Amino acid sequence: MHKLRLLLGICLLSISCAQAAIDPGLLRPLAADDSDTRIAAILALVEAAPEEAQPVLQAMAGDSLAVAGERVVVLGAGGRVFDAASNRELTPPPAGIETIGINNRVRRELASALAALRLFSAEREVRWQAAQEVNQNVDAKMLPLLDRALAAEKDPKIRARLQLAHAQASLGSTDAAVRLAAVKTLGESSDPRVRQLLLPLTEKQGDTWVEADSAVRAAAGTSIRSIEQRLAWADNLGRAFTGLSLGSILLLAALGLAITYGVMGVINMAHGELLMVGAYSAWAMQSVFRAHLPGALDWYLLAAIPVGFLSAALVGVLMERIVIRHLYGRPLETLLATWGISLFLMQVARTLFGAQNVEVANPSWMAGGIELLPNLMLPWNRIIIVAFSIAVLVAMWAILNLSRLGMFVRAVTQNRPMAGCVGVPTGRVDTLAFGLGAGIAGLGGVALSQIANVGPDMGQGYIVDSFMVVVLGGVGQLAGAVWAALGLGVFTKFLEGWTGAVVAKIVVLVLIIVFIQKRPQGLFALKGRFVES
Amino acid sequence: MSPSPARTPFIVRLGQSFDARSWWLVGLFAAFAVIAVPIMHLVLPADHPLHLSTWFITLVGKILCYAIVAVAMDLIWGYGGILSLGHGLFFALGGYGFGMYLMRQIGRDGSYQSDLPDFMVFLDWKELPWFWIGSDSFLWAVLLVLVVPALIAFVFGYFAFRSRIKGVYFSIITQALTYAAMLLFFRNETGFGGNNGFTDFKRILGYPITAPETRVVLFALSALALIGTLLLARYLVGSKFGRVLTAIRDSESRVMFIGYNPLWYKLFVWTLSAMLCAVAGALYVPQVGIINPSEMSVGNSIEIAIWVAVGGRGTLIGPVIGAFLVNLAKSWFTVSFPEYWLFFLGTLFIVATLYLPQGVVGLWARLRAGRRRGEGAAAGTTTAAAAKGAGA
Repeated sequence: MHKLRLLLGICLLSISCAQAAIDPGLLRPLAADDSDTRIAAILALVEAAPEEAQPVLQAMAGDSLAVAGERVVVLGAGGRVFDAASNRELTPPPAGIETIGINNRVRRELASALAALRLFSAEREVRWQAAQEVNQNVDAKMLPLLDRALAAEKDPKIRARLQLAHAQASLGSTDAAVRLAAVKTLGESSDPRVRQLLLPLTEKQGDTWVEADSAVRAAAGTSIRSIEQRLAWADNLGRAFTGLSLGSILLLAALGLAITYGVMGVINMAHGELLMVGAYSAWAMQSVFRAHLPGALDWYLLAAIPVGFLSAALVGVLMERIVIRHLYGRPLETLLATWGISLFLMQVARTLFGAQNVEVANPSWMAGGIELLPNLMLPWNRIIIVAFSIAVLVAMWAILNLSRLGMFVRAVTQNRPMAGCVGVPTGRVDTLAFGLGAGIAGLGGVALSQIANVGPDMGQGYIVDSFMVVVLGGVGQLAGAVWAALGLGVFTKFLEGWTGAVVAKIVVLVLIIVFIQKRPQGLFALKGRFVES
Repeated sequence: MSPSPARTPFIVRLGQSFDARSWWLVGLFAAFAVIAVPIMHLVLPADHPLHLSTWFITLVGKILCYAIVAVAMDLIWGYGGILSLGHGLFFALGGYGFGMYLMRQIGRDGSYQSDLPDFMVFLDWKELPWFWIGSDSFLWAVLLVLVVPALIAFVFGYFAFRSRIKGVYFSIITQALTYAAMLLFFRNETGFGGNNGFTDFKRILGYPITAPETRVVLFALSALALIGTLLLARYLVGSKFGRVLTAIRDSESRVMFIGYNPLWYKLFVWTLSAMLCAVAGALYVPQVGIINPSEMSVGNSIEIAIWVAVGGRGTLIGPVIGAFLVNLAKSWFTVSFPEYWLFFLGTLFIVATLYLPQGVVGLWARLRAGRRRGEGAAAGTTTAAAAKGAGA
């Protein structure tokens, strides 16, 4: 229905175009000999008849505007000739047709005039494009046109752009008062480009100021400062967000470890490889979907979540059954044995999938982002990962605190012999709990596949970070891991702002080492007295 | 405690820590390294069946350095019960310390013909950073190798042991320390050649570094350093200090209740172990011809632990055997079946921890004990009964 009405509107518009006539006196100067007259004519034409001018200007840009005597004509396809003023076909075609040639300067003016004309288009997308184009190349001559466009425009985003362009155009005005008003308006922007625009006004070129009027200069200074303030604010906000997203990645990587190490006390150096299993599951699901369900390729990630969980959990259960269960109570040996497992798994991945990284594409619904401010864009994939880590955290909390398995796990952690005495199958609980931790690592891997490289060595990069999170948070505590991960993420990102990524990482590691010396039990220690083993 | 009237000199006590049979073995080994190897490498023609190739000298020389590291690791882990995942750091620091000297020895023979090492010219540095001062002196390099890792180990260990960080916690933070150091050394701005590290050495003390004679000398030095390390370790382990250290390993709380402060015992053995690693690193670099930050990778330090575990913790010959077995296997695998090496190493980690708690040495002892028991069974049950009676 809506589309139909739009179509009808366009038809009506074209009919009215065909009938309305332009004053031929406005058209004649388009064929003048010097460029200045032509440019003035273009602007005058746009001014006088914005709607009718478009086909004529388009024809001019396409080199099919011509003069025949005193009459300006448009050359159509198949040798047909139309009168530019009335848009009526001329039969027979007049004699002595001469095409109006245009140079680059005129062409540029023509392009910006056409863009300005598109500001009045009925379609929002076209207007948005046009507003952006106008911003690129704007001068004082377009002010009346922009005024008109502003009066008609309802969309706030386009309006903001137009206002910007308007102020930008006014900066070129010869009237100091107009310039002052423009500088003040621009001060309300939070666009880094506007800052670039204003900066020259406060500078000297040689001995003379670029901006002659001192009041305008002062206002420009104030405007720049307020823009910078807003930019800094947005920067910090952006940094906090990337910190949050890094924190949630750390959390996803460390949550599985919080169960296996934090709760069960098993040092699992193969944890990074469990992440890798999850990431490769995402890749495998992508390949399966590509081969068999190309239509639903965008949704492979949803299938990868259970697959990633189950395959990593399976690997975890096998690890526990074959190796780890024989080493309970010997943490250092567990460390070495699981390191062996990690080497083994890495080589398995290399043999099965090749030594090169595999390519895992983001589904299309994760592309793009929300533009909060002109210089602050929150990408969808980061937002989704933050949300996903929250979901995994909630699920894990629920399993540990509400389910029967969780109760058993807590019981075995607190007092293994007593739990066994009252009938908890401690051996099976160990296996299941380890499987759960491994499965959560697999989920982390699925998420990581969306933002990091997927390859046989990927796990190695996370192992130190994950342990740092768990150790910093305090063993045996989920809350500790959460605070530690988020804190580390945000802190690292802010530090990166002034030291660079590598130094920030080194500083963070050293700070953690120092912190552990002060508080060996981590941020959140279990209350109560424990016998040291 | 009454003061003993005339203490035997330290050097004598050191000598006494090996029994006669051990001295024989050590002497044999030293003679092989110092006399036989040079003859077999330098004098015998290349087609002679007993000729030792450069490849062999480099490989075994390298493994000798690894063996020193393994013994150092065994002191702290096998006797002190502290698993360090930071020994790769001390090894690399020793290597870098000596590498600085080797870099300065290149002089103007680098590809940029500058007084500065090539990587600094590449970074457009105009003068040496302050920590390179004195690096053109051999003695200073030796001092650097001994002091810097020891200092780092001492400070780190002091704070860690004072907070009574132990077990896995200690392993993890040493790992983090090594990882942080690796990231630091990977940076070009740190002043140690970034990810390329130091390489293209030309000479050492003025002698060309790739000459067969130099190689043979370095080989002999490594062998002597290993013997020295073993001697020192044997002495320490047999002394009262060693007894307390082992007691701390087995039950730290009990040792504290008796009145010892474990801090200094642990700190001493930890610092000593770091120094030994650094010496090994300094001997390793001229033989291998390169040092770069990947020596500090997480995996390298854990691999040191597996040499010790395979050979046998808590024995001194075990780590040496382990270092040789694992590294010979590595050089064979990486040439013949490169894709299976990690499978083998991974399996080795698992098998060694699950089935070889005492390593190869323990296995050997068990087999021998089993055979003796078998002989005993053949001789009749009387001995066992007699032993029982004697025990009761």
